[in-house]
Amino acid sequence: MTHHTTPAGAGPTAASRRARVLTHLVLILALAATILPFLWMLLASFKTQGELLRDPSGWLPTSPTWNNYATWLGQLRIGHYFLNSVVVAVFTVLGNLLFCSMIGYVLAKLNFPGKRALFALVMITLMVPAVVTFVPLFVMVAKLQLVNSYPALILPYIASPLGVFLMRQFMLGIPDSLLEAAKIDGAGQVRIFFRIVLPMCGPPLATLTILTFLGSWNNFLWPLVVAQSQDKYTLPVALALYSQGQNATNYALLLAGSVLVIAPMVALFMALQRFFVQGVATTGIK
Amino acid sequence: MAHSNTSGPVGRRKVGRAGGRRRPSWGRALSERRRQGLAAWLFALPFLLVFGFFMLVPLVSSFLMSFTDFRATDVQSPLSVSFVGLSQYGDLFGDAQFRKAMLNTALVVVVGIPLTMAIALALAVALNSGITRFRTAYRVGFYTPVVTSIVAVAVVWRFILQPDGLLNTMLGWVGISGPDWLHSTTWALPSLIGMTAWRNMGTLMVIFLAGLQNVPPELHEAATMDGADAWQRFRRITVPLLRPTLLLGAVLLSVAYLQFFEESFVMTQGGPLDSTLSVSYFTYNQFGFGKYGYASAASYVLFTVIAALSMIQFRLLRSKD
Repeated sequence: MTHHTTPAGAGPTAASRRARVLTHLVLILALAATILPFLWMLLASFKTQGELLRDPSGWLPTSPTWNNYATWLGQLRIGHYFLNSVVVAVFTVLGNLLFCSMIGYVLAKLNFPGKRALFALVMITLMVPAVVTFVPLFVMVAKLQLVNSYPALILPYIASPLGVFLMRQFMLGIPDSLLEAAKIDGAGQVRIFFRIVLPMCGPPLATLTILTFLGSWNNFLWPLVVAQSQDKYTLPVALALYSQGQNATNYALLLAGSVLVIAPMVALFMALQRFFVQGVATTGIK
Repeated sequence: MAHSNTSGPVGRRKVGRAGGRRRPSWGRALSERRRQGLAAWLFALPFLLVFGFFMLVPLVSSFLMSFTDFRATDVQSPLSVSFVGLSQYGDLFGDAQFRKAMLNTALVVVVGIPLTMAIALALAVALNSGITRFRTAYRVGFYTPVVTSIVAVAVVWRFILQPDGLLNTMLGWVGISGPDWLHSTTWALPSLIGMTAWRNMGTLMVIFLAGLQNVPPELHEAATMDGADAWQRFRRITVPLLRPTLLLGAVLLSVAYLQFFEESFVMTQGGPLDSTLSVSYFTYNQFGFGKYGYASAASYVLFTVIAALSMIQFRLLRSKD
């Protein structure tokens, strides 16, 4: 671009440089608006409650303290809720990977009566608002005496229509000749699926893993209702209940808790941001 | 390599099957089709069991409940429930609180979607305009709110939106004295809409950026030669070519924003004076009061709106592409 400029083109270069500076300025302002709340939260989490109340919009802690974090890690057992979140997220992801890829294969590669109806059914449920199934689901879980159990936290999320859509779209691109060849060699459907199709599905499986893990980690309302004793709380539930409890006025502690809830996801995101962004860009879905 | 080895047998096999279609292999072809059908349903079974039990059964029971006066107390003895037809749907539209919830939800959609899309598009265009330095840093930064938990983020935003919080302190620098955002019936909903846009713009920006990368740069260069300025190029080239992506963004946001709930739940509990009460929140509250039938009817009104709007948008998506 810039190598087009001739000596006479000093004007355009200056103009384009000005445009670039202006663009950066806009981007930096927008970046500030997205990042500063997190930065403020991080700094404030090292303050004492007293300092926070004296100056609710100040930035630097005058005498930084680890106390808020020490309380969460020790007395408030946040490690336990962290483990719960991990267990729920891992099983939710594993379930989705298996179930969604299996039915995705069926919808992409096999022919059978009822296929179109099955796909339509899955697609329609993508639009069902969460509140529609919320209470019937709770009644069922209660009748099965699963309230306050890991299965109740995991099972409703291990078969997501979104995952089916994702896997099907990718598998449509796998050439049929490959499957035909395997069939000639005497492979059954099970072997074709596990030995040929699944190993080719790295990209959509990675995307599905990330989206499901993220969704599970940040899921709030259902765990809030279903996890009824402390030993089953996930991180957001523990934080939410803490912020409504009798200690709710200890804002400094609350902010440190928020940092601890957000930090693992942000760290994971930073490490895997390329895949996160690709996943979102290719599926167009959060 | 594998391709060239296998394509031969596949072709030969097809010929062989076609040649012998008359007698014995007609039956075999049928049974093979049947076998594939059986395999298909067996493969689909694990998903269908879980999906059916945790999605379809609640979905259908909620639909049926919406025509009955089912209450929480009827869970033990469902036979005492009576069929009330469409009357609860009628009641909803006479319910001032439901109308308020509809109005608020409409505001979130009508204000929130253009706001989020405009910000996301501006950022995507800026990032795509020859900016190479810090590009990843910007992208990561804008996307960060998307990966964070609403519960944790709410704690910070409650601070920022306090009367003497960060936002008002900054507004004070330019001589504006801001309101008590979350406790004002005028400002609570706009505050939450702004926060929702803040949380969602990253997702859209990433999608728009992917779309922008498919706009051929030659078109812009040619237009520049013809003397088109940046705004004209944006209006005449970028926007038309980005149309499918923009529509996709609109579909995703409407499905999300029509279900507006969590921001309100963790920030204002629907208040003050129902000013942030949404349809989802209204439904949730009715469930809480034990009025399952009434709540189900409300949730199906929402479902209908979402489905109808998505259909229209998908049709636009298809016809324009």
